[in-house]
Amino acid sequence: MANVHQFEVIVVGAGGAGLMAGLYASRGAKTAIISKMYPTRSHTGAAQGGISAALGNYEEDKPEWHMYDTVKGSDYLGDQDAIEFMTSEAIDAVLELEHMGLPFDRTPEGRISQRPFGGHTNNETGQPVRRAAHAADRTGHMILQTLYQQCIKNEVTFFDEYQVLDFIMVDGKAAGVVAVELASGELHTFHAKAVIFATGGYGRIFEVTSNAYAYTGDGCSILLKKGLPLEDMEFFQFHPTGIYKLGILITEGARGEGAVLINGKGERFMPKYAATVKDLASRDVVSRAIYTEIKEGRGINGKNYVYLDIRPETVNRYAAEDGRTNPDGSPIIITGETVLKKIPDIVDFCRVYLGVDPVTQLMPTQPTAHYAMGGIPTNKFGEVVTDDKGTTIPGLYAAGECACVSVHGANRLGTNSLLDIVVFGKHAGLKAAEYSKTAQFGKMPQDAEAGARSEFEALMNGSGKENVYDLSNEMKNVMFADVGIYRNEKDMQSALEKIREMQKRFKDVKVSDTGKVFNTELLNAWELGNLLDVAEVVAASALNRKESRGGHSREDYPERDDENWLKHTLIAKRNGKLEISYKPVVITKHQPKPRVY
Amino acid sequence: MEITVKIFRYNPEKDQRGHYVSYTVEADPNDRVLDVLELIKGHKDGSLSFRRSCAHGVCGSDAMRINGRNMLACKTLIRDVGANITVEPLMGLKVAKDLIVDMDPFFDNYKKMLPYMINESPLPADGRERLQSPEQRARFDESTKCIMCAACTTSCPSFWASDEYYGPAALVAAHRFVFDSRDEGASQRLEILSETNGTVRCHTAYNCTNACPRDIQVTKAIGELKMAMVTGKLE
Repeated sequence: MANVHQFEVIVVGAGGAGLMAGLYASRGAKTAIISKMYPTRSHTGAAQGGISAALGNYEEDKPEWHMYDTVKGSDYLGDQDAIEFMTSEAIDAVLELEHMGLPFDRTPEGRISQRPFGGHTNNETGQPVRRAAHAADRTGHMILQTLYQQCIKNEVTFFDEYQVLDFIMVDGKAAGVVAVELASGELHTFHAKAVIFATGGYGRIFEVTSNAYAYTGDGCSILLKKGLPLEDMEFFQFHPTGIYKLGILITEGARGEGAVLINGKGERFMPKYAATVKDLASRDVVSRAIYTEIKEGRGINGKNYVYLDIRPETVNRYAAEDGRTNPDGSPIIITGETVLKKIPDIVDFCRVYLGVDPVTQLMPTQPTAHYAMGGIPTNKFGEVVTDDKGTTIPGLYAAGECACVSVHGANRLGTNSLLDIVVFGKHAGLKAAEYSKTAQFGKMPQDAEAGARSEFEALMNGSGKENVYDLSNEMKNVMFADVGIYRNEKDMQSALEKIREMQKRFKDVKVSDTGKVFNTELLNAWELGNLLDVAEVVAASALNRKESRGGHSREDYPERDDENWLKHTLIAKRNGKLEISYKPVVITKHQPKPRVY
Repeated sequence: MEITVKIFRYNPEKDQRGHYVSYTVEADPNDRVLDVLELIKGHKDGSLSFRRSCAHGVCGSDAMRINGRNMLACKTLIRDVGANITVEPLMGLKVAKDLIVDMDPFFDNYKKMLPYMINESPLPADGRERLQSPEQRARFDESTKCIMCAACTTSCPSFWASDEYYGPAALVAAHRFVFDSRDEGASQRLEILSETNGTVRCHTAYNCTNACPRDIQVTKAIGELKMAMVTGKLE
């Protein structure tokens, strides 16, 4: 067979986590990174505002504060051993990126510049702290580019535009993956000792999302099909400020630079919801506040959006009212030029898509589906775990948004995703390389490609009664309306039934393109199958959790219930049935208490 | 509004050569050209193939020719291009299928620029960041914005004439490192750029600057590289 490859470590996905994993694994093992796109297209590149680390370049800060803020932000569902690990590695991680050449913005002294971000505070005063290291409003773009450049320098092997379709497990151990080369339509088998999934999120299950088309939950779905569990799938983050209707992200960094949210009556409303940090409360809090304003009739012109205001006169006025100052104590006075310099891409997006100039006009925004806190359960070394006892599958790893360590718990703090991919991508890569030193290649099954081939054949030979484009839109509308920011039993039950109905209808999809070269219709159909798989477990996990915590807000159970629900959900699909079990939360230093910003 | 989109179609498994097919669809003036392509793929012809991912102009997947100019389909609104739209693949790279071109030569040229920080000097003794003033950082800010969509390179007459030319995007990548005060590889890169496929092939047509969806002054950046090669200075 011509299309068989052998590598000690295979990384699936070439965003920040995948590149970092590949970079580190390649130093100790024969490694290849497989990606369905060219690496620079990955969604890490869309991250804007910053990566957090208590560098203290402007003011006092410490990793312990970063840890506490992350625990509190997670609504106490994050595992504190993992959070402590991440926040204690943060400073070195950001410095390593700088040493790799990442062009961070600079302080007047030439150090890495930092800006405030939601939920990141000085633990003594409760006030926002400058912790987010940034490169304008394209920090993710610069991380993606820098890591790709390091991979080029280190001659890491890439298989670009190969879609991984299946994970091969032999005798309970990782043995490889099967992928299709998009340019030829040929299947390839990658025999490996270790496989690292770094396939990103699945925001495309929702109608309004900041996520890329590529975010179709491939890794989660592939492992779900193997009977493996996913963790905390009910927790999905809605970012407060997406561009109205389009969902394109407007960085929290805008509020970090002093922008405020304004309702239809022209009022700044966040002080009502978060008296201390106001517009810089954590994302779940701000998204619920916006939703409440809209529900109570204070959207703009009665519609379902509010304004984000970064006009210099507004920023300067509220900075003075709040008593916020520059690091040297001087009053904050920004100009239109400052806005252009700090958030150039946001200005560009608003001008192109809305015909609005943020320097002189208000930006219409609404919450947008942004980030999956849940995913493939792992420990802090990226090893995939399958139960509440920490049992691992030898050779199987996951890192980045597709994984759930869990450091984000029920709600992720802004900038912690970029930190997550760098820290846990690295450790997954190191661990996989270490494992492959002593592990043997598993014996591949006779026809490893059979599973992938039959999935494709089913899509080519359906009845054609259903259309992928329409079915996909239907799913997104149902999920956004019924499993969105606010949830209740009745709507979620209805959503779950509709999704299951759609899974049946999905069998009637027929791909019209019979060719092999770049059959994107086939690929998109296969991705829809993954989205439906993920949507089902998101809805089922959300329906099951009878409390409100972080990004999971139930109208019928409005309070957090630590007595019954301070635990992680594990959900698996076995013999066509969903099985839900639980995993304890690791609590070390910070006992749960009410969460006030 | 009703719009007509004329799209270049080529399926290497069926067609001897490319041809155009027109589709009439309902669209909103605020729709992106990408939205319309998705609609056509969804409802008119599923086999229509193009690349896309982020859908807001930062991943660089969907550069194509729209009414004869290189643009990102996700950053071009119907209201800006009218009701009669022609969509074609980028020029100068081999068409693989419909609007998808072979990007490998493009990325190969990028890799020839040594596109990574070269600095063998010891790190600061305290393990902290290498210092760089805001002014030094600003010197190469523009070229860090490049998303490698290839809109510039495939608009360049010199690249059309010879695909051996590294092309504007690769030169922007070189610029990003040559003018970074922390980098020590400028002389190596300027040596590469002085070869026959380097900056000498730029005849300042300015197509690249006009094509860049990130508003990078590409021609100016190439001019700065030429100046550095002549003067040996990196100011």
